[in-house]
Amino acid sequence: MTLETQVHQKNLVKWAADKPEVVVFSADLTSSTEVRLFAETYPDRFYSFGMTEQNMMSAAGGMAREGFTPWVHTFAVFLYRRALDQVQMSVAYPNLRVRIVGFLPGITTPGGATHQAIEDVAIMRAVPNMTVLETGDAADVESVLDVAQAVDGPVYIRMLRGQIPRLFTTPMRLGRARRLRRGSDVTLFTAGITTEEAMRATQVLEQRGVSIEHLHVTTHKPFTDPAVLEAASRPKYGVITFENHTTVGGLGSEVAEVMAEHGVGKRLVRLGIPDTYAHGGSRPYLMRHYGLDALALVRAVEKLLGEDLNIGEDDLAAVRVEPVHGDFKAEAL
Amino acid sequence: MSWPQEAKRVADGIRRRVTAFTLKNGGGYLSQACSSAEILATLYTRVMNLGPSVAPPVPPPFGGVPGKNPDYTTGAGYNGPHEPERDRFFISPVHYALVLYATLVETGRMAEEGLEMFNQDGGTVEMIGAEHSPGHELMAGSLGQALSQVIGVALGRRRKGETGRNFVFMSDGEFMIGQTWEAMETLSFYRLDSVIAYVDANGQSADGKIDEVMGIEPLKERLEAFGAVAVEVDGHDARALAAAAETPHEGRPLVVIARTNPYCGVEVLAERAPKFHYIRFAGPEEKEALERFYVRKWGGRE
Repeated sequence: MTLETQVHQKNLVKWAADKPEVVVFSADLTSSTEVRLFAETYPDRFYSFGMTEQNMMSAAGGMAREGFTPWVHTFAVFLYRRALDQVQMSVAYPNLRVRIVGFLPGITTPGGATHQAIEDVAIMRAVPNMTVLETGDAADVESVLDVAQAVDGPVYIRMLRGQIPRLFTTPMRLGRARRLRRGSDVTLFTAGITTEEAMRATQVLEQRGVSIEHLHVTTHKPFTDPAVLEAASRPKYGVITFENHTTVGGLGSEVAEVMAEHGVGKRLVRLGIPDTYAHGGSRPYLMRHYGLDALALVRAVEKLLGEDLNIGEDDLAAVRVEPVHGDFKAEAL
Repeated sequence: MSWPQEAKRVADGIRRRVTAFTLKNGGGYLSQACSSAEILATLYTRVMNLGPSVAPPVPPPFGGVPGKNPDYTTGAGYNGPHEPERDRFFISPVHYALVLYATLVETGRMAEEGLEMFNQDGGTVEMIGAEHSPGHELMAGSLGQALSQVIGVALGRRRKGETGRNFVFMSDGEFMIGQTWEAMETLSFYRLDSVIAYVDANGQSADGKIDEVMGIEPLKERLEAFGAVAVEVDGHDARALAAAAETPHEGRPLVVIARTNPYCGVEVLAERAPKFHYIRFAGPEEKEALERFYVRKWGGRE
């Protein structure tokens, strides 16, 4: 696994080169959302809205009505919290091609409760017409642009910035989870940054004889991937969801809905931020504190199996995460 | 007929039709017709460069909401086709919907039968207009969002090199809203002189007199401080309303503050002061008083 920086910054400029319909809106967080290079490269297609998120969101709807595709960038909290009414009435109701790019998902920021988007998936998933996507690595961050641009309606993207891992070698596909591991004891669904964290745990768990089916979810809505139902139906012990989001309304709820609707009688453990606001701190600290790290996942698996696997922090720290070379190879494992 | 005479005829027709519906329905947004009749009449008969309606004279039934829905229709076509050199019209306070429907009938853009569909279940001629309602193009019922949406439209039209102007009809109550001021500073920042707002400054909002609800004055000075060119006119004077659109405003948005009277033309409402937002009849006497007024002014009801 390699770590890369400014993936969106560089990729967006390249990607938008032959797409004159793509314009970028920013709310005074241009560098913080990695669109500075876009603004410098295509100043004519870059619109500064200052700190007027509600106004910016409505304007994005207006411009989409004229045939352009606004890519609205700011911190997620200022989009789905501050500008939710505008998201709904100026963009989602008219089913306009606005791409809402929300940064700082969950506890990926030390900025505390005001900056941490911990319930965005739940809220955006409840908005009619909205497609909801989440990125977990550099490949996702790059390929989500094509996935979103192909949707004839509004799209919300949980975006990553700064230093991010490259875990995958194939592009994201709409409504298709990435299968990272085949197994029969426990089925694990992860999304966003919990995927990399889970990959540490699953390696050690496999070494201790626990067979894990692991899917990385990138499309929260529509949540219709048949592979999800198939994977949730199979495990001997149960299903675990693991998300950088509160346990209410996000990935755990999505999986629960599918399982209940299809009568899948398996146990479901939902790991995530336990229905609480978080606070400011380093990412490792927050992941530990709110139960979003590999160790928390190991403990959940142990509980599901009813056995102590004798895995400690040292075992997890020693794990080297290797990139997954696409679904095909992963499935053949 | 000269255009001021035509505007007068349209304004009178708006008041007559909205009064009739208020009587028929036992209530309605009547004072909005009283205050805005000349504004809408002047915009439609004199100021705006709109093509003829491209929508069916009788509005279609509700065809569902936008999305994966081939039956969806928009109400924008009543204001003519979208063409580069044509103006566009956007209504922001969509509880004025009946006033706009009446305007469309009076200006030959919608059939009278369409008006009969007002507030009927399963129709598009709704009480609070949505974008499928005749003459409407945006979702504006959550007040304060239309002007920002028009910013996007105007920026998009500028990108395409279109020269048509973008008229926004607003209510003064919307100047309580933060988003309105965000929009105003953005219009100035982008020098969007293609946007012209007409404000029905009737001094009324849902609770009553705006002065007692929230402070929005001095509106002209506030708008100027935000970079707009603002003019105040008598909102019942068609000539003054039309002349205001010619105010030089290169590189700046233009806001026409039309000072209006919430019972103009239906003076029997005067005694309801200070509550005009939605006219309800407290008892049969009130309704009869409006009936008598109607007959005296317009003759028998159709």
